[in-house]
Amino acid sequence: MTTASGSLPRASGRPIAATGPRPGRSRRQRVAGLAVVLVGLLVLWEGAKWLGGDPWRIHATIAGVQIDYEHFPPLKWRIADDLSLPHVWDIIRAFVDPAQRGGPPLGVVLSGQAAFTLAEAFAGFVIGGLLGLGLGIFFVHSRLAERALVPYVVASQTVPILAIAPLVVVAIKADWLSVMAVAAYLTFFPVTIASLRGLRAVDPRALELFRSYAASRRQILWQLRLPTSVPYLFAGFRVAAAASIIGAIIGEQTAGVASGLGSAIINYNQYYISAPERLWATIVMCTVLGLFFFGAINIAEAIVTRGRYRPVEGLL
Amino acid sequence: MSRSAARDWAPAIIVFVVVLIAWEVSLLTLGVQSFLIPRPSVIAGSLVTEWPTLIKGVLFTGAEAVGGLIVGVALGTVCGLATSRWASARELLLPVAIGASAIPIIAFAPITLNWFGPESLLPRMTIVAVMVFFPVMVNTIRGLTNVEPAALELLSSYAASESQTLVKLRGPNALPYWFTALRIATTLSVIGAVVGEFFGGPLYSLGIYITLETGHSRYPTAWAAIVLACAMGIGLYLVAVALERLVIPWQAAREMAR
Amino acid sequence: MTSDQTPGPAAGDAAPVVEATGVGKVFATSGASVNALEGVDLTIRGGEFVSLIGPSGCGKSTLLRLIGDLTAPTTGTILINGKPPARARQDRDYGMVFQAPVLMDWRTIAKNIELPLEIMGFPADERTRRSTDLLRLVELDAFAERHPWELSGGMQQRAAIARALSFDPKLLLMDEPFGALDEMTRERMNAELMSIWRRTGTTIVFVTHSIPEAVFLSTRVVVMSARPGRIAQVIVIDLPAERSVETRESERYFELVTRVREALRQHESTDEVIGTSDAERVRGEGLA
Repeated sequence: MTTASGSLPRASGRPIAATGPRPGRSRRQRVAGLAVVLVGLLVLWEGAKWLGGDPWRIHATIAGVQIDYEHFPPLKWRIADDLSLPHVWDIIRAFVDPAQRGGPPLGVVLSGQAAFTLAEAFAGFVIGGLLGLGLGIFFVHSRLAERALVPYVVASQTVPILAIAPLVVVAIKADWLSVMAVAAYLTFFPVTIASLRGLRAVDPRALELFRSYAASRRQILWQLRLPTSVPYLFAGFRVAAAASIIGAIIGEQTAGVASGLGSAIINYNQYYISAPERLWATIVMCTVLGLFFFGAINIAEAIVTRGRYRPVEGLL
Repeated sequence: MSRSAARDWAPAIIVFVVVLIAWEVSLLTLGVQSFLIPRPSVIAGSLVTEWPTLIKGVLFTGAEAVGGLIVGVALGTVCGLATSRWASARELLLPVAIGASAIPIIAFAPITLNWFGPESLLPRMTIVAVMVFFPVMVNTIRGLTNVEPAALELLSSYAASESQTLVKLRGPNALPYWFTALRIATTLSVIGAVVGEFFGGPLYSLGIYITLETGHSRYPTAWAAIVLACAMGIGLYLVAVALERLVIPWQAAREMAR
Repeated sequence: MTSDQTPGPAAGDAAPVVEATGVGKVFATSGASVNALEGVDLTIRGGEFVSLIGPSGCGKSTLLRLIGDLTAPTTGTILINGKPPARARQDRDYGMVFQAPVLMDWRTIAKNIELPLEIMGFPADERTRRSTDLLRLVELDAFAERHPWELSGGMQQRAAIARALSFDPKLLLMDEPFGALDEMTRERMNAELMSIWRRTGTTIVFVTHSIPEAVFLSTRVVVMSARPGRIAQVIVIDLPAERSVETRESERYFELVTRVREALRQHESTDEVIGTSDAERVRGEGLA
C-alpha cells in the first residue's frame, strides 16, 4: 500500500514537520559528524597559531621519543598568541595539573564544580519546567489568559537575567535557592512555548472523538493532550537545559557561590594573564556540562517514548 | 485587520496598564518605599534624570546586539544554505549544530573580552553572533529540507535543476522557519549583549550600569536601565515581526486559516 | 493474463506513447524487500485513456511512477514516445497530477499554474496567456489571485490539473487525483476531465480505486492484482466517445462495471502488503 493513495491529503500541501523518520541519523553518523567538527576545529585552532601566533618551542619527550620543534609563524595575529589562544595541548595539560600546590588535578576540581552547577541547574530546570508546563496547560484552557499574559511571558525573557539575578539574590537570602530561581526563570519560557504548541498539536478529529465520548476536560488533558505534547515538550527541554545552565552560572556569579563553575570562571578570569589555560579549561568544562545535560535529555526522551513518537527537532 | 489586532492585543495592554496603576497606587497608599522594585513613577523619574548616561548605554549595547545579530544571522543563513545542498554534509553537521546550541556561549565572554579589550564592541558582538548563528543555521537547514516529498517529485517531473528547485520550492518553503529563528535571534542578541557585559565593559554600557547600580542598591536607576534593555529586546522582536509581515504576507493569513 | 484484442475507439493507428516490456520493480525497504511489480507488459497508444485499477499493493501507483521516471524499473524496459523515461522527463513529455494537489501556498493560483512554465523557460507573456486560458478551462478564473488555502479541495485539484496541462504535455499521468473528493464533486470532475481530454487529445494514464470512475473515463481498463503486482486483465471499454450523465445510466455501462468488478474479485489477494512511505521513496530516489 503506497501512502500516496492511503494518506489523506493536506489542504494545501504544507509539510508536517513533526513526523517523518530521522533520515539515516544513526549513532555512527552523529559520532562521525562530531569527530569531523572536532578535528576541523583543532586544525583551525593550531593552524591559526602556526600561521600567526607566538613562536612554537616544543621540547618534550612523548613515549620515549624526543621531540624538538621550533617554528616562527610568518604573520602576527593578536588573537592567535599564546595568551589569547593557548595551545590545545596546554589546555589539556591544565586539566591534569593540580589547581593549587599539592592539590588534586584541575580536571577533578572542575568536575566537582560542574556537578554542583549541574545540580542547581537541574533543580531550576525541574521547577521552571513544571511552571512552564503548568502555564501551558493554563493557557490552553483559557484563550483570554493566553492573549493577556503570553506577551509578558515573551517579554520576561527580554529582561536580562543580569538584572534579575541580583534582585533575586537580595530577595532570597539563601544562595543556592536564588541560583535555582534564576535557572528556573530561564527555563520556564521555552517550556511554556513548547507545551503550548504541543498541547495544541492535537489532531482535531481526535479531539472530536473524545468529545463524542463526553470526556471531561481533565480526561482530554491527560489522555490526549499531554501524550501528544511529549515530543514538543522534549524539544523545549533541550532548549531549557542549555538555558538552565546559563542561569545557574550567572546566578552563582551574582550570588557569589564558591563551589560552582560560575565562581571558577571569575576566579580564573582574574588570573588570566598568568594562566590562560585554566580559564579555557573551565570554559571547556562548561561546554561539556551543556552537552552532557543535552545528551541526558535526549536519552531520557528515547527512554520515555521508546520509539512510539518521532522526536521534534528544535522548538520551531 | 487592525480591529482584530486591537482585540488580540487588548487583554495584554489592559493587564499592563492595570498592573502599572495598581503597583503605583498600592505603594503610594501604603506609604512604603519598595526597595527592590520601586514605584513606576520613581523609575520613570530616574529614567529622565539619568537619560544622558542611559542613552549612551543603549546605543553601545544596542550596537553590540544589532551588530552581532546581523553577522550571526548572515553567517547562519549562508552556512545553512551551503550545508543543506549536500545531504551528507547536512546529516553530519546538523546534529552538531543542534548540540552546539546547548553550549553556554556566554561562558566564552571572558575570553572574547581578553581578545578585544573592554572598551570595544567586539567581545559581545562575537558572543551574540555565535549565540545567534546556531538557531538560524539549524532553522535554515530545516526549512530548506522539510519540503513535502510530493512537491519535490513534482519539480522533478518538470526536470527542474537543483538551483530552480532551491529558488522556487525550498527557498519560499524555508522563509517561515527562517523568520521564526530571526525572532528568537533578536531576543537572544539583547540578552547576550547585556549579560556578556557582566564580565567587563565600559561604565555606561547597560550591563555594567545595571550591575553597578544594583551593587550599590540604587534600584530606581537600575530598573530604569532594565526597562530600557527590555524595550530594546521587545523593539528588535517587533522589527523582526514587521519584517516577516512585509516579506511573507501570506504566512499570517495561512496561520489564521488553520 | 488475458486481454481483449480489439483496440479502444480513440486509439486507431496512433504511435505507442507508452511501451512497457517485462517491467518489474523490487523495493528494498527497511525490512523485507517488496516485489511491487512483476512481468508487466503494456502498450498505450496516442489519445487513449487508460485506467489502472486494483487492490492496495498491486503496484498501480508504482507503474505510473515508473512511467513518469520518478523511479527506475528493476527489470524490463519502458519507452515513452520511443525514448527512455529519463529522456522523456528531460524533454518534458508528460505532466503529473497527484492525489494531493501539491500547490505552493506562497503563490497565487495563477502563479501556481505558471510554475512549470517558469521552470521550462517560457517567456512571461506566453505564461500569462496560457494560465489565463487554463483558468478558464477549469473554471477558476475568478480565483486567479487567491491563494491555495482559500480554495476547496476540488478547486485545488482543478488548479493542479490546469498546472499539469499548462505546457501541453502529450501524456498526462494521474494518480488518484479525485480520491479525496466527495462523490458528487468527483462525478463533476470526471465530466470536466472528459471534456478536457476530448479537447486536448492528450494520452492519459489514470490510477484509481473507483470502478465506476475507471469505466466512465477510460478507453481501456487495466485490472491489476497484488502479491506480486501484475496485470491481471485488460478490459476494453467500448462505450461511445461522448461520455455524459446518461452514459452512467446506460446498460452497457453497468455491464462493464460488473465485468471490471468480477475481474478484480477474481484476482484478489488477501495478504497484507507493506509499502513504502513517500518520504522513504523520495529519499531512495535521491531527491531529498
